[in-house]
Amino acid sequence: MRLQSHPFEPIRCVPGGFFVVPHNDNEAQVTAPPIIEARGLKRNFKARGAKGKTIEAVRGIDLSVREGEIVGFLGPNGAGKTTTLKMLCTLLTPTDGSATVVGADLRRDPVEVRRRIGYVSQAGSTSPEAKVGEEIVSHARLYGIDKKVAIERGKELLTALDLADIWDRTCGSLSGGQRRRLDIVMGLIHRPRLVFLDEPSTGLDPQSRANLWNHIRKLRDELGTTVFLTTHYMDEADSLSDRILIIDHGVIVAEGTPAELKKRVSGDTITLTLRTEADAAGSSAIAARLPGADAPVAEANVVRFHVPDGATALPVLLGDLTKAGIDAIGVDVNRPTLDDVFLTLTGRSLRD
Amino acid sequence: MTFIRDTWIIFARAMGLSLRQPLWVLIGLLQPILYLTLFGPLLQTVAATSGFQGDAWQVFVPGLLVQLGIFGGLFVGFGIIAEWRSGVIERQLVSPASRAAIIAGRTLRDVVVIVVQASVLVGAAYFMGLRVPVGALLIGLVLVALLGAAFSFISNAIGIATKSEDALAPMVNTLALPILLLSGILLPMTLAPAWLQVLSNFNPFKHIVEALRAVFRGDFGDPIVGIGLVLAVVLVVLGAWMGSRVLAAQTK
Repeated sequence: MRLQSHPFEPIRCVPGGFFVVPHNDNEAQVTAPPIIEARGLKRNFKARGAKGKTIEAVRGIDLSVREGEIVGFLGPNGAGKTTTLKMLCTLLTPTDGSATVVGADLRRDPVEVRRRIGYVSQAGSTSPEAKVGEEIVSHARLYGIDKKVAIERGKELLTALDLADIWDRTCGSLSGGQRRRLDIVMGLIHRPRLVFLDEPSTGLDPQSRANLWNHIRKLRDELGTTVFLTTHYMDEADSLSDRILIIDHGVIVAEGTPAELKKRVSGDTITLTLRTEADAAGSSAIAARLPGADAPVAEANVVRFHVPDGATALPVLLGDLTKAGIDAIGVDVNRPTLDDVFLTLTGRSLRD
Repeated sequence: MTFIRDTWIIFARAMGLSLRQPLWVLIGLLQPILYLTLFGPLLQTVAATSGFQGDAWQVFVPGLLVQLGIFGGLFVGFGIIAEWRSGVIERQLVSPASRAAIIAGRTLRDVVVIVVQASVLVGAAYFMGLRVPVGALLIGLVLVALLGAAFSFISNAIGIATKSEDALAPMVNTLALPILLLSGILLPMTLAPAWLQVLSNFNPFKHIVEALRAVFRGDFGDPIVGIGLVLAVVLVVLGAWMGSRVLAAQTK
């Protein structure tokens, strides 16, 4: 976790070592304004075909992202994730609401926002016939970076993302995972403090996904880049994000760390298997006394109940059972998934 | 000026990509030569008998040049649709680059390609017997460049607005066919019945072709020359306006 002492001081790279981040300033970290601050963002689309009908894709979103965070924007397809992302990236004008992105006002100064952010689209960023190096240099020059610096930085970033030696290859000859990482290099060439990733791992095989996640974490850990990503994969949101915003039907329905969200919404499930039905009844009574536990359900010799945190409840429970002379022959703790969270919040599964 | 700098950056990338496809460059160069060798001889006899003024090459080459400008520009939209699909346009839109430059840089590339093709055409025509003043050739190339720019802007605009080859293809054809048939490029409009002649008077390209033919005859003072050039400039302005509007609308 780090913050530059000056709000817009670029991150420096030095040859040899990797990236040197300007020294930390812990006080600034506490008082620094959020890197994204959005209030009441709305976006309507005119429905095609139907006369005068509007679709409210995003219906008033408030969000705030701190510098150095990895924030996951999770929701099913069509929930308004990409629309929100595009508004924050100046690719769509909000119908209503306001936002400050890296210190620039989204509505009044979109060009300044563009200078300060990186955006990695799910559509890609390079022509298949173009050479990797040329695409990188051409893109960097649009940010006013001269060719020599662009080559230097481009090669450095490629190496950082395990893509050394592809400089002279055509973009079309790269694998899906390589191409996605190249898109990230393109999005980082001007060293933005904030990068938006739209569905970064869509279409990648499991190995490439895991590899990409490592690189995204590295981005934040080594470069200090704030990452805002959209995803409809709960495992992606779960394993990458420091904090998750869940969006459904154009509004944010929940927000928190993955652990907080899971704890708050459903808690862990504890399943006890006992020798007899009598033992089951006895342990039900004991389980019910655990702090935060709901009413245990006993079926034959199996007892099932929920507690806010299974890991801390379990030793207490087993201790109490031993004191009461009850011998459990099996115990299971199931942590809720983000899908359970989403299901409890919206009544629908993310997979639908 | 960020517009000029950005246009140059976008142009340089687009030009590099075009040169990367030598086959297409070759086909592009071959096309005008095919027209000259396979269609030119046919016109030799037509020109002698019909309502054209001047010798066959002076009549035919201006028509071919205007056609090159129109068709060279009209089909570039397919390329920009492919670029949209690969995310390149969006990547450039999210950069601080001037919006107009994103389309103008590509149009500039198209103009360069078209002017090179036109030069090859004129050079080949010279070998076959075209004799015109140097000034006329220069005006011819300027006109081709203007038409190419106008149609490249328009085609890119339609491409970006529709984002679909299936929509662009019929639109381009619907636009191209009446323009071609009512322009007197292939046959003189004087051969046409009165109603068709009246109709063709509304086609700006007829006047542009006539302007270039006058120039090729050495008639630089003919008022049609000024009219033709002004029409071409107006078309470029119109195309540029359309292009920038469509591009700006992408982030609306």
